[in-house]
Amino acid sequence: MEFDRELDARGLNCPLPILRCKKALAEIDSGKVLKVVATDAGSVKDFQAFCKQTGNALLSFAEGGGEFTFFMRKR
Amino acid sequence: MAKKLAIIASKGTLDWAYPPFILASTAAALDYEVQIFFTFYGLTLLKRDVDDLKVSPLGNPAMPMPVPMPNLMQMLPGMESMATLMMKQKISDKGVASIEELRSLCQEAGVKLIACQMTVDLFDFRKEDFIDGIELGGAATFFEFAGEADVSLFV
Repeated sequence: MEFDRELDARGLNCPLPILRCKKALAEIDSGKVLKVVATDAGSVKDFQAFCKQTGNALLSFAEGGGEFTFFMRKR
Repeated sequence: MAKKLAIIASKGTLDWAYPPFILASTAAALDYEVQIFFTFYGLTLLKRDVDDLKVSPLGNPAMPMPVPMPNLMQMLPGMESMATLMMKQKISDKGVASIEELRSLCQEAGVKLIACQMTVDLFDFRKEDFIDGIELGGAATFFEFAGEADVSLFV
């Protein structure tokens, strides 16, 4: 999937992936896509909850090799 | 209108320093308006230097220990420092943020930090002991915000 910005949140634990994601989203324009890679297993539910509550669209989620990759479109 | 989260932070140990700052910073990321009211030992969390926060195994049977240890041993000199050192090591190994980092993320995100005036006086703290950007206030100040909050927590 194409993206406009990437955030490496590997090795970070709750709530840092969400906080860094919030910052990264603030730095891109509405409609742009942010890719996030995380290793925190809790981030799977957390990013779903984050997107649901902030109105950003979670486009896709994939898991592989202990890494979780999310694509979200800024509202 | 933004949702509101009001927290009272009343504890000043390394472990209990986490919940208020984790919840406040996350709520701010979820576009909540957040205030934390620091009272009694919670005031310690507003000091410029939070490097000396400690965790004690004493009277805390739920604290995971590498080897089982009777309570009597846990009161020996050095045990608290050892437990604190171990906890800090774990925190850094697991990619958990430091209190200082979470606190500054809270401030960046506009979380309002309020020190309880009465306990500041009680413990003879001075405003200079605390980080910049905090406010002083009393119980009525807390309720002005908490009365309209969607979530209120006591930690």
